[in-house]
Amino acid sequence: MTDTPAVRVRGLRKTYGDTVAVAGVDLDVAAGEVVALLGPNGAGKTSTIEILEGHRDRDAGEVSVLGRDPARAGLDWRARIGIVTQDGADLTELTVREAVGHFAHYYPNARDPREVVELVGLTGKATARIRTLSGGQRRRLDVAIGVVGRPRLLFLDEPTTGFDPQARRQFWALIRQLAGDEGCTILLSTHYLEEAEALADRVAVIVGGQIVADGTPATLGGRATARTVVRWADGRQETDDPAALVATLTRRYGGAVPGLTVSRPSLEDVYLDLIGAAS
Amino acid sequence: MTATADRTAPRRPSAARLGLHRATVELKTFFRERDAVVFTFAMPAVILTLLGSIFDGVYPGSDVTSAQYLAPSMIAAGVASATFINLGTGIATDRDDGTLRRLRGAPMPPSAYFIGKILMALVVTVGETVLLLGVAVVGFDLSLPTDPTRWLTFGWVFLLGATACALVGIAASSLARSARSAGAVMNLPYLVLAFISGVFYTPVGQLPEPLVTAGSLFPLKWMAQGFRSVFLPDSILPQEVVPSWEHGRIALVLAAWCIGGMALCLTTFRWQGRRGR
Ligand SMILES: Nc1ncnc2c1ncn2[C@@H]1O[C@H](COP(=O)(O)OP(=O)(O)OP(=O)(O)O)[C@@H](O)[C@H]1O
Ligand SMILES: [Mg+2]
Repeated sequence: MTDTPAVRVRGLRKTYGDTVAVAGVDLDVAAGEVVALLGPNGAGKTSTIEILEGHRDRDAGEVSVLGRDPARAGLDWRARIGIVTQDGADLTELTVREAVGHFAHYYPNARDPREVVELVGLTGKATARIRTLSGGQRRRLDVAIGVVGRPRLLFLDEPTTGFDPQARRQFWALIRQLAGDEGCTILLSTHYLEEAEALADRVAVIVGGQIVADGTPATLGGRATARTVVRWADGRQETDDPAALVATLTRRYGGAVPGLTVSRPSLEDVYLDLIGAAS
Repeated sequence: MTATADRTAPRRPSAARLGLHRATVELKTFFRERDAVVFTFAMPAVILTLLGSIFDGVYPGSDVTSAQYLAPSMIAAGVASATFINLGTGIATDRDDGTLRRLRGAPMPPSAYFIGKILMALVVTVGETVLLLGVAVVGFDLSLPTDPTRWLTFGWVFLLGATACALVGIAASSLARSARSAGAVMNLPYLVLAFISGVFYTPVGQLPEPLVTAGSLFPLKWMAQGFRSVFLPDSILPQEVVPSWEHGRIALVLAAWCIGGMALCLTTFRWQGRRGR
């Protein structure tokens, strides 16, 4: 990438009293990239994201978001970022359409609120009070408000928690559209590995406030070069040459090998290894 | 369109326009929230109706009934409720439920938030005052003054009193640690003040002296006295703490609270909620 990075973080630290929430995070997000932040509960995802959003002070480190320090950035900078927080509970008495329409007013080049409501699949609830939405619908509203201003950079903190499988697919399509057609840069946190795999150009794993691995979903934690595991009815073997092993087994059984599977470690295997090793 | 028209990207809307949008949202939220309407809006009218019906009799040397004496003081209490309690609990709730964080995440000038709150409080306060006047006129035969100088007095007492209470309410919102505690944090001082300011306990001249002295430190007592001077005849003056309406002192105390309240707001207001920075 020749562009300056959308997000550049060096040596970021944040402590709350005795709790070290972020312990020296380095992170780059290139313009137009989709990066997923994975990590167990309390790993420091929300703290990191909130510092990048300008919602939280940091104790140390360099942070540049769209070329500005979020701790000092002004309203024009705010107009170029979109935020979906983990725990919004506001706006209860407004309807979905009113809330999205209201937030559209703040931005110089906002999307049509109706389109945004449609985009997140809430058209059927457009005139419902937000108080009456289900958990997943409420999250979709938060996403709608996050994207209504046509952000260049979108932060999403666990955006799909509580989504049903269909809503999640719909959300993935929305993110791909934002990232693809509109070139929006996206930093999202998630606990769903399939989501990271489906959406992210890059995955960063954070444990105990530190990035322990950073790579594409296919290569994370040496996944691409990891040895293949061959399992069959009464055996299991790791190998660099699965074809040869399967041929040997076929000869040994004189035909079909019972219960044969050949697999590379899943993202989940790699992830669990990483957070196991780190803690 | 002229040749010199700005053809660059559209600009962000002004704080004033956004303030109007905020006011719309605030008013919708206020009147859809049953708790707010019952406790902030209806309560003073209910208290006026109840207390006005319980007490009877006419003050000696005048033709003012107990209910008529109570009414202007209750209007002051209503103004305080629609400003101090309304803004105090409203902002504490905004801080707790993520409203303030969401707004800070949007390109909203902070002044737009306050413009919205203040316009909302103004509408609620005017509505509250009209409601209480209606109850007093219809229920207790309070006669509205015809002399324009009295309405002038009403105007400045209303403006100064509402402004002072609004500013103190905005500052006090920071004392509440959560939305749930905000009701208690705001209502306790309000009820105590209403009592020692001679609103619930009438006439004010009968209050024990230490209570009067304490009440005189705060704006409610002076606002109530100002409204009594608008709606009651001078023949009621012997029932006051001193036999004068003391307009100069009312203006002085209320203006001082406006300035002090503004200073408190500027030094104590925080956008962050419990999760802290
Ligand atoms: N305001 C706060 N005051 C004190 N401690 C905090 C505060 N916010 C977060 N922490 C602590 O900092 C650590 C990191 O929290 P953070 O919310 O960043 O984690 P997370 O990765 O987002 O977790 P989750 O997956 O559960 O959302 C935790 O140990 C948490 O208890
Ligand atoms: Mg979190």
